[in-house]
Amino acid sequence: MSDMINQYRNNFLKEVESKVEEGEWVKNCMQCGVCAGSCPLGDAWEHTPQKIFMMIRAGKKQEVLSSDAMWMCTSCYNCIVRCPRELPITHIMHGLAHYAKRLGLAPKNNPTLKFAQIFWNNLTKTGRVNELKVGLSLYFMNGFVEGIKTSLKMQKVGLNMIKNKRFSIAEAWGGHSVKDKSGLHKMLKKAYDLESARVDK
Amino acid sequence: MAIATNQTILIVGGGISGMTAAIEAAEIGKNVILIEKRPFIGGRVSQIYKYFPKLCFPTCGLEINQKRIKQNSGINILTMSQVASVTGSTGDYEVVIKTSPRYINEKCTACGDCATVATSEIDNEFNYNLNKTKSAYLPYSNAYPQRYVIDESVIKTDEGKKIADSCKVGAVDLSMQESETTLKVASIIWATGWQPFDADKIQPYGHDRFDNVISSVEFERMMDPMGPTSGKLVRPSDGRDAKNVAFVQCAGSRDHNYLKHCSRICCMATLKQTTYITDTYEDGKADIYYIDIRAIDRFEDFYQKIKNKDNVNFIKSKVASITEDKKNKNPVLNGVDTEGYHRYANSYDMVVLAVGMQPAMDTSILPKDITINEHGFMENNDNNGGMFAAGCAADALDVNRSVQSATAAALKAVQVVNSQS
Ligand SMILES: Cc1cc2nc3c(=O)[nH]c(=O)nc-3n(C[C@H](O)[C@H](O)[C@H](O)COP(=O)(O)OP(=O)(O)OC[C@H]3O[C@@H](n4cnc5c(N)ncnc54)[C@H](O)[C@@H]3O)c2cc1C
Repeated sequence: MSDMINQYRNNFLKEVESKVEEGEWVKNCMQCGVCAGSCPLGDAWEHTPQKIFMMIRAGKKQEVLSSDAMWMCTSCYNCIVRCPRELPITHIMHGLAHYAKRLGLAPKNNPTLKFAQIFWNNLTKTGRVNELKVGLSLYFMNGFVEGIKTSLKMQKVGLNMIKNKRFSIAEAWGGHSVKDKSGLHKMLKKAYDLESARVDK
Repeated sequence: MAIATNQTILIVGGGISGMTAAIEAAEIGKNVILIEKRPFIGGRVSQIYKYFPKLCFPTCGLEINQKRIKQNSGINILTMSQVASVTGSTGDYEVVIKTSPRYINEKCTACGDCATVATSEIDNEFNYNLNKTKSAYLPYSNAYPQRYVIDESVIKTDEGKKIADSCKVGAVDLSMQESETTLKVASIIWATGWQPFDADKIQPYGHDRFDNVISSVEFERMMDPMGPTSGKLVRPSDGRDAKNVAFVQCAGSRDHNYLKHCSRICCMATLKQTTYITDTYEDGKADIYYIDIRAIDRFEDFYQKIKNKDNVNFIKSKVASITEDKKNKNPVLNGVDTEGYHRYANSYDMVVLAVGMQPAMDTSILPKDITINEHGFMENNDNNGGMFAAGCAADALDVNRSVQSATAAALKAVQVVNSQS
């Protein structure tokens, strides 16, 4: 019996099931469309979750993993709450985004992806977010001229944040950090190795 | 009342299933006691306007069964009664039954004088509280027994006295009290039926907020000439003709947030209800929003017939949410269709939610070893001893299948009785 079922599963569906976080849920989608209709940003992106799940089952690996859909999700959880089959849709979408990034198939120049990378690099360096550097990297994400423009526009907000001790100029030199930085890096490395072992097997 | 013995079959619930089981067992000579918690028998079938698939009126079938019951001295009916407890085992159960006072005795001729003098009004349960009825009332015109009921709220008032004085045959008895009866029976058939899933719980659909979003059971009452709108198909908000109507399938069914099971009859009920619209208005139009159409069993023909109509459309999509157009109180259905992934926001005069069927059985009074499945239905199996489920107590069924299931249960109960002697 299970052999029969497997015949109907294409390779990409199997790949998603084994390698994407929560990917084993995809086959349970009954294509009712409630997630698509409930997404507040639904008409702004290329593919709704309903469509993405159908594309996975149709074996469209390239189209799925290069879609901007997963990067547009704001984690509002409307889809999860309403899904009649309790699919963890938000988590599946994030799992797909992560997997696409890993394979280098994620859409280039996607602002969410870029920001996520900046944030991650910043956070993992010291174990603390360096607000100043995150802010500046974000402003200069799209080039020098664009960066100056945004900085000037945000000047007042920045000054107010300094006044209210939300960030400090001193962060420019090193910035604050967790106590055991090398311990943190070891931990992250281990997590990365575990994850790779799962995904690359 | 006939004396209950270990030869007696008790049937709990007097819907079409309970009536059928009672008649089948009594017509082969068995002693039957039928108890019903409402003041009349017939159950939810009596609240349906037309029957699928023939589109005839259910009163006709109910009348035939009422007649068979009247003609049979082996059937005793206790209305306004419920089971309080069950003990014992196959062939030898002891059941305690609580009967609420009706304040009207068998002398009632259903002349209606009491209702004429009654002044206060109560929610009309028969019409799902869509309108009011007098405090002295006949539940509905064809109610069996044809006997009025006086509502608890007026018993100790002047109005109660007036009602009592109005009766020329001495049928009003304001001193009636709740009573308790203990019965010995051989076998018990549970025919407690179903209740509509509470549409208010499906928050994205706004049944509790929008006047023109109604449930399928409310729609059945609306079509009845004796119903809350005297049979007029109009919008609850302003009484305007409801010509452009949408149906939302699986409202509460096949959904882990509400009822997990498929209620099975809602597709057929909706297909049937589209004819209410297209038969009433020449320019009427119905749109059905569905996940899959499950026209159970041999009803595929009926589906094809409706599908071929130009004024009935099928949209494959579970509606995501319903909003209201503030200007005209039109409900607006929002979602994405599965055939083409088009996003829609469609406006209608009225929307009908095809609500699911939920088991009505109060399982707390059952002995522990009775098999209740994860959806709350009682499953027939050998562990249940001399107890059997019939009709919608066993599963979400249409009338045809309920009657089959009730006949089977009656046969099983008769076997228990026969094995006693
Ligand atoms: C919108 C809608 C439309 C439908 N239209 C059709 C149709 O056109 N054709 C068709 O074939 N089917 C139709 N059905 C299905 C039909 O209503 C059921 O098949 C039928 O009601 C089942 O009968 P029943 O006797 O099993 O249950 P019920 O009709 O629910 O009867 C159960 C009885 O038991 C009583 N009861 C419950 N608990 C107790 C208790 N503890 N003690 C004493 N009494 C109790 C209740 O008061 C009730 O009288 C429709 C259903 C819906 C929701």
